[in-house]
Amino acid sequence: MAFQLTVNGRSSTVDVPADMPLLWVIRDVLKLKGTKYGCGIGQCGACTVHLNGKAVRSCQTPVSAAAKAPITTLEGLSADGRHPVQVAWLEIDVPQCGYCQAGQMMSAAALLARTPKPTDQDINGAMNGNLCRCGTYIRIRQAIHKASEIATTSKLKKPSEVAAGQSGARE
Amino acid sequence: MVVNRRSFLRVTSLAGGGVLLGLYIKPKASAQFGPGAAPVPNNFIRIDPDGTVTIMAKDPEVGQGVKTMLPMLIAEELDADWKTVKIEQTDFDDTKYAAQFAGGSLATPFNWDPMRRVGAAGRQLLISAAAKSWSVPEAECSTAAGRVLHAGSNKSVRYGEIASQAAAMPAPDLKTVKLKDPKDYKIIGHSQRGYDVPKIVVGKPVFAIDFTLPNMLFAVYQKCPVFAGKVVSANLDEIKSMPGVRHAFVVEGNVRGGVIVEQEPGLEPGIAIVADSWWQAQTARKKLQVKWEDGHGASQSSVGFAQKAQELSTQPPVKVLRKDGDPDSAIQGAAKVVEAAYAYPFISHAPLEPQNCTAHFQGDKIEIWSNSQVPGGGRTLVAKTLGIPEKDVTIHMQRGGGGFGRRLTNDYMVESAWISKTVNAPVKLLWSREDDFGHDYYRPGGFQFLKAGVDRSGKIVGWRNRFVSWGDGDRPSPQSTMGASEFPARYISDYTLEWSTQPLWLKTGALRAPGSNVYAFVIQSFIDELAHAAGKDPVEFRLALLDSKPLPAPAPTPGGGGFGGPEFSAARTRGVLQLAAEKSGWGKRSLEAGRALGIAFHFSHMGYFAEVAEVSVSADKKVKVHKVFVAADIGSQIINPNFAENLCHGAVIDGLSEMMGQQITLEAGRVVQSNYDKHPMVRMAQAPEIEVHWLKTDNPPTGLGEPALPPILPAVCNAIFTASGQRIRELPLSKSGYGWA
Repeated sequence: MAFQLTVNGRSSTVDVPADMPLLWVIRDVLKLKGTKYGCGIGQCGACTVHLNGKAVRSCQTPVSAAAKAPITTLEGLSADGRHPVQVAWLEIDVPQCGYCQAGQMMSAAALLARTPKPTDQDINGAMNGNLCRCGTYIRIRQAIHKASEIATTSKLKKPSEVAAGQSGARE
Repeated sequence: MVVNRRSFLRVTSLAGGGVLLGLYIKPKASAQFGPGAAPVPNNFIRIDPDGTVTIMAKDPEVGQGVKTMLPMLIAEELDADWKTVKIEQTDFDDTKYAAQFAGGSLATPFNWDPMRRVGAAGRQLLISAAAKSWSVPEAECSTAAGRVLHAGSNKSVRYGEIASQAAAMPAPDLKTVKLKDPKDYKIIGHSQRGYDVPKIVVGKPVFAIDFTLPNMLFAVYQKCPVFAGKVVSANLDEIKSMPGVRHAFVVEGNVRGGVIVEQEPGLEPGIAIVADSWWQAQTARKKLQVKWEDGHGASQSSVGFAQKAQELSTQPPVKVLRKDGDPDSAIQGAAKVVEAAYAYPFISHAPLEPQNCTAHFQGDKIEIWSNSQVPGGGRTLVAKTLGIPEKDVTIHMQRGGGGFGRRLTNDYMVESAWISKTVNAPVKLLWSREDDFGHDYYRPGGFQFLKAGVDRSGKIVGWRNRFVSWGDGDRPSPQSTMGASEFPARYISDYTLEWSTQPLWLKTGALRAPGSNVYAFVIQSFIDELAHAAGKDPVEFRLALLDSKPLPAPAPTPGGGGFGGPEFSAARTRGVLQLAAEKSGWGKRSLEAGRALGIAFHFSHMGYFAEVAEVSVSADKKVKVHKVFVAADIGSQIINPNFAENLCHGAVIDGLSEMMGQQITLEAGRVVQSNYDKHPMVRMAQAPEIEVHWLKTDNPPTGLGEPALPPILPAVCNAIFTASGQRIRELPLSKSGYGWA
């Protein structure tokens, strides 16, 4: 079946079975590899994307339920990689293996969109569906608070200054 | 890997100018990592004429930070400008890089010295070249952030500008090259961001699962729920007719038979389904109907194992692993005797990136893209299974989404290789999470039956442990032994460790801090029991035990695989124990009812860790770990401090997951738990606050990822006892009705 999807602002038509999970459409049809497969049953959150601005588990979302609503993946979180969540994740140096972090960041971004200044309780609630096998939860929590701070003060700061907190080798 | 007379520096000019620095190494043959390679150059540093310094990262990166850490060692001594350094992941090539693996927390102890010497030799070459071109003495030159400087003439040159001349200079002697005084470090000991993190935060394809080839097909591989069960028949014609399916076929496999399962037992039997997309292959698999011949594993159950262990505990051991003095008489004469049976389950590694591998067999050679922690072992297995020489197996190393020991075995690599060869096309094999839970190399469960006495003064006077694990007589299943000098051996003069085994037809393997991740639980919990029986403070009791005059240490094992390394040091243990006690306010705080501190220490992987957990437990067994205090002695330097702290947090949280809810059980030879909902991990709300305190001592830097884990389980269990009076002797806690608050 043909479905019209809008992913990261770009419209595409995909010809796939109606029950194919959005995760596999994103990864293997649209070739956006940032969204990850971890468990396939909505337990780990590695596949989290935004559907209409809400964090959803794309492994549990059939493509038929995702047509017409805008979809955002980590690749589309910002045009330049400077979304406050991305900047904060860099600055705090959150990842160990990094595999779950796409899902963590998408859940965090959805939280911050509706709750710009989340409490620790808010973070516990919003991040409960995202497992980190490496156990970077402390850094994730720090980074969410940091992203909140960046988002609310970004008019006062240039992105380059935000990123200057830590040195790092270039690509 | 150490720099010695088997090591030589190699300097090569680059075609377009620039210099390539390498280290000749003739590695020793090692039982663990295969035969030694011939001496050939291995190249670690490339300086291009435009000044770009590229440092090669040789070890597999699975989240332990090695891709950033090893280049930091080189860059420091090279005096490179870290902000402009590029890092490249090498392929697997043991003729160039000797050992390339991720395991045993060995990257730091193996590479601390040689990688710094490579960097220092590079710096020396650049100084020599600059000094010559300026006609000034080398001793008057210095370096800083990618430049050679001469203060007297105020001259300075970028490394890139002098690199071609450097290539013509005589190679410095690695053994005598001058290393920096640690107080001058600008990179080591200063937090550096993970090199791949900028890519990870924008979703670039950096993991093995993300790798694709043109015209690549996708495969699933269905194995028997009982290990190594064979296919009798299957509805392959129906499967082949499903959308997108190109191939469906039975793989006979070549698993070595026997009473127990060997390490890397061979290609397991199963059914491969190859399709245009992974979802099509997986969808087809749901229609698969297979008649299996289960084999002799089908009679196994966790209930049966526990009953058998109980029986074995009262029968003569298969082997006495250690006996000092006369423990039975000592216990008999004790003022108080404590007897306790401890048990812990099989658990699964379950790294978040499921097992996957891309293979492309062409002609009579194969190329592999893998996140293996031991690509060398994978190459051997693939070559043997496909019947081709090892030189025709090329392995490209890909970032792994977690390792934890799961990727120390290469079952998924050999499966992908076999499938690619069979269908003569590039294939990505991807296991489902259910495949992963059902076919892991599980952390072996086990049983320990302990008995010990304390005298009137509160001193331990005899210790007896019957360890029941897995094996064929005295031949152990992988990771099912216990070291004869595991603490408190040597510190109790009347001591015995006896061993019994039962057969196990299930794959077992190393899980983060293998052995230690359960021995610490048993030993540090039982020591706590003895402390309470003696009416002593648990910290004071441990310090007194460490003050006992130890029996002589065994001769160090040559090579040793690093799983233990230098002999246990009571002084270093005392250091971290006292630091953890001090930082946690041990004995100085009054806590509300139902809330308590618990302490434990453990030595493994050359590292000394003591941890204090501050825990509340309610009447209905809801546990809250409020805060954990970690005290660590891993030598004189913490190479990448921010990341090291992150790893420590992770080790503690990983240990909490293992403690509370994780177990793999067998029924009729089949693994019951199939996904994370049945083998749970700690989530955000349960993660405690964690304080990490480094005790820097005058010892060579050693690894961290593993030794940080073991003490947390007994620290929390000991706190639960103090808070509630309930002693935990079996993992996971959920089995006894506990849960997170």
